Amino acid sequence: MTVESSSEAAVSSRIAGILLAPLRWAMGLIDLPMSWVQRRLGTGGVVAAMLAPNMLIFGVFVLFPMFLNVLYSFTGGGALFLESRVFVGTEQYETLLDCRTYLDPASCREDRFWRAAGNTAFFVIVQVVLLVLVSLITALVLNREMRARGFWRAVFFFPVLLSPVVVALIWKWILQRNGLLNAALAQVGVEPVLWLVDRNWAMFWAIFLSIWAHLGFYTLILLAGLQAIPADLYEAAEMDGTPRSRVLARITLPLLWPSLVVVILLALIRAVQVFDEVFVLTGGGPGSATLFLVQYIYETGLAQQVRNLGLASAASILMALVLVVLTLIQLSATAWRERREKR
Amino acid sequence: MSHLELKNVSKSFGRVDVLHDIDLEVMDREFVVFVGPSGCGKSTLLRIIAGLEKVTSGEVVLDGKVVNNVAAADRGLAMVFQSYALYPHMSVRQNLSFGLENTSTPRAEIDARVGEIARMLRIEELLHRTPRQLSGGQRQRVAIGRAMVRRPGIFLLDEPLSNLDAELRVTMRAELAALHKRLEATMIYVTHDQTEAMTLADRIVVLRDGRVEQIGTPLDLYNRPANRFVAGFIGAPHMNFLEGRFVVGEGNSAEVELDGGHRLTLPISVRPAGEPVMVGIRPHHIGLDAVGAGIPAAVTLVEALGPETIVHAEAAGHRIIAALAGQRRIAVGETISLFFDPQHLHAFDSEGRRLPEGA
Amino acid sequence: MSIGSFLTRRRGGASWHFTDVLAWIWLVSGLILMFGPVIWLGLSSFKTRAALSEFPPTLLPYETRMVEVEGHDEPLPLYRVTTEDGEERLMVQVRRIGTMAQMADPEHPEETVRVPLQAREPVRELQLATENYTEPFERLNFLRFFYNSVFVTVVATIITLIVNSMAAFALSKYEFKGRAAVLAVILATLMVPLSVIIIPLFSVINGLNLFNSLWGVVLPTVATPTGVFLLRQYMLTIPDELLEAARMDNASEWKIYWRIVLPLAMPAIAVLAIFSVMWRWNDFLWPLIVLSDRELYTIQVGLNSFQGELNVQWQYVLAMTVVSMLPVVVIFAFLQRFITTGIASTGIK
Repeated sequence: MTVESSSEAAVSSRIAGILLAPLRWAMGLIDLPMSWVQRRLGTGGVVAAMLAPNMLIFGVFVLFPMFLNVLYSFTGGGALFLESRVFVGTEQYETLLDCRTYLDPASCREDRFWRAAGNTAFFVIVQVVLLVLVSLITALVLNREMRARGFWRAVFFFPVLLSPVVVALIWKWILQRNGLLNAALAQVGVEPVLWLVDRNWAMFWAIFLSIWAHLGFYTLILLAGLQAIPADLYEAAEMDGTPRSRVLARITLPLLWPSLVVVILLALIRAVQVFDEVFVLTGGGPGSATLFLVQYIYETGLAQQVRNLGLASAASILMALVLVVLTLIQLSATAWRERREKR
Repeated sequence: MSHLELKNVSKSFGRVDVLHDIDLEVMDREFVVFVGPSGCGKSTLLRIIAGLEKVTSGEVVLDGKVVNNVAAADRGLAMVFQSYALYPHMSVRQNLSFGLENTSTPRAEIDARVGEIARMLRIEELLHRTPRQLSGGQRQRVAIGRAMVRRPGIFLLDEPLSNLDAELRVTMRAELAALHKRLEATMIYVTHDQTEAMTLADRIVVLRDGRVEQIGTPLDLYNRPANRFVAGFIGAPHMNFLEGRFVVGEGNSAEVELDGGHRLTLPISVRPAGEPVMVGIRPHHIGLDAVGAGIPAAVTLVEALGPETIVHAEAAGHRIIAALAGQRRIAVGETISLFFDPQHLHAFDSEGRRLPEGA
Repeated sequence: MSIGSFLTRRRGGASWHFTDVLAWIWLVSGLILMFGPVIWLGLSSFKTRAALSEFPPTLLPYETRMVEVEGHDEPLPLYRVTTEDGEERLMVQVRRIGTMAQMADPEHPEETVRVPLQAREPVRELQLATENYTEPFERLNFLRFFYNSVFVTVVATIITLIVNSMAAFALSKYEFKGRAAVLAVILATLMVPLSVIIIPLFSVINGLNLFNSLWGVVLPTVATPTGVFLLRQYMLTIPDELLEAARMDNASEWKIYWRIVLPLAMPAIAVLAIFSVMWRWNDFLWPLIVLSDRELYTIQVGLNSFQGELNVQWQYVLAMTVVSMLPVVVIFAFLQRFITTGIASTGIK
């Protein structure tokens, strides 16, 4: 350590000390009651006091609502608070599930729910497949020996940090009638397209947008998985003269498989909850072409003139069931990966 | 004045019993070493004294007061940890003064005490550094210094030298011994290294499987080990053991016939003939029998150390190690005749207990 | 097969392999597709309302040059006019009538000529419409949105760090009855996202009188199970001997928390702080539900309300989108490596 850097460190630590002085003072102040608790109730009392704030907030704003959600789904009426709501048994679920034929949303009593569910299912399947594929290819490309890998990784990663509203606005601006895309098409003689007014194009862009925004995240996880594969395996394969396609099929993909499973499941869980970007981009339209489950719950329960909290709760319980199943699979997959990595 | 007493101390972690009925008294200014193989419970015992672990049953008495329910901080002890446990984000000075700050000692006194300790341990120029920037030996000194500033009644040291290289360990051992004299402090020291125990201790406590095997001065343990385990654990190289049976001998002394047929006279009272016995002899108490009347042994390995020669040999089905003074011309494969100094023979019964010496 | 072989190539050989070409195509099109839209946003945000409605759009924010002319209060636009005899002249447009324009020489504004529209072209120059940035702050309450977002982000992050680190400390460094149960509950709720409990949470917020208040946005988000987990995992790696040493040094348990464990857990705290800032700054659905008063909108909700208006003022929306990106861009620019390794090692976003 040189003299300069150590004096520099001393200066920066002094600055940090000054900045942290109020914090220090506050923490020292808390020490008084905490020491008192420790003397009176022992270490256990302190532990309880440290756990309490988090668990209190957690209980009020996460656990209690989860429990409440179930109760709401068995009640009806327009009242906001549970005590003035009417118990209706499974009526809300019956309403949601009441269809003459499940293949046609129009035949259902709550057709918007079924359209949202159908759209979500379609979105989930197409988006996850494409997202994982694109992320995988990007990760494989970034894993090659290359200059400025950090730069290229940043190129694909940075949209992850953007807010969904920003992402949607960036693309909405490009996709509008006299936007950049239509201008580019006009150069090659194609008529302008109303991208977000056409049902199919709207869904296409909803999927495109969510891939654009999230692919960097999954690329990063896959890249970490790829870089954990020992280089000597590739060297051994090269010594054996193994064709590259075989290296991919027999070394890279099998060893990457655990990371890939985690990525697929995380992408599934996120895709089921799709809302923000698409809501800002299309508002669920045209019609209900890009209406997804979360938006259905939000609108049914909170954003319409007549709030139907019971129906929205029932819908969110059904969605939660899907998520719980996916998450359980994910957790066991993570545990499986960790076990495998230990070996 | 620091006086520590352990009465019937037992400790279990769940179903595993780690300590059984430990009784011990540590006097003021005494240097006591707990020694034993890893897993014998010596560190747990030290942590119980420190107050970091609670006893399952029994009492810890400090200066006449039962301190079972007194928190570690309030026992007035200080501990040096095996990993040193220096606070990595604090400078050496902050490490040394942290404990005093916690007891609201006036700033001037903290500075005075830290300065004094730093001088004593020759770490004055390191005070502004962080532990990361220190060598192993320097960290060791800081860790001891952190214990010293608090002027504790008893120093507890948990394998403090085990992270140092061999050479530094010898130096620090000497420094510790000097420090103990100078501070006139009570110290309890845990180690698995019998050399450290022998060189440092006023008294050694040998532990095995959570039980006290023997308590005594280093030479006590060396000269009169209470059982086969202590005999084997204390002293390097290890004591040799040979199986045999008592036979009818002449006069007052007990005679043993070893498995190979060779007879030895032991300095103990007569035992019934036919009783099995384990005879122990330390490598340094074996010599060469000039006339060849000793126990014949085939040499398997010779280690010439300079001042002495360590000979590994096989005699009557036993592997024997002899430490011969000076430099010897002995070749592997050669047969030599070993002489066991009869004054230094140890005898243990089939349970491993030391047989009482003759009158 | 061919794709497979290009994807597995790791070591650059001496020869220019076709997989190198494919990889470069992928990277370059990635660069255009990922960066292009953001750069386009940035360029567009400096265009005037008139320039924004042009089709086809120009790449850079060009503006017709305006000239001060004697006898006119307002500056007049400058055009390059091709006269009937094929000569090119610089003239200002005084007035436009149907398909004809009344043009004049800037030096002699009193002599006007009638010129068909197609015979003239505006003289353009690069001009940044910085008023796109200043006006929303002056007229559209954007400063208020900005302040609200900063408040939510800062307060939520501070509370998150304190509350989560205390819980993580208790859960990582002490044995107590019910610890496994607490951990199990936290783990279980990792799988229940906010979007599933918005309905009951809305009534809880109303019951606590937090509807239409920034605290209603902050509180439900601060007890993140993710944060507790991240910090606990890290604190488990801090050796217990340090805590014991502090205990021997007469430190209270609280002091051990903030003098020993908290400073040593700084790397994990920093990761959580960065994540928390990003989460709270970008939050959309929950603020949208809780905040009904325009005065209380966060940037994200405010932006959404701008773009949802009947007559969207794109020049402001684009500029404010850029402004709302700035904090995130700054964080990313300085802490890129930190964030990416944080995500890669925790799998948390």
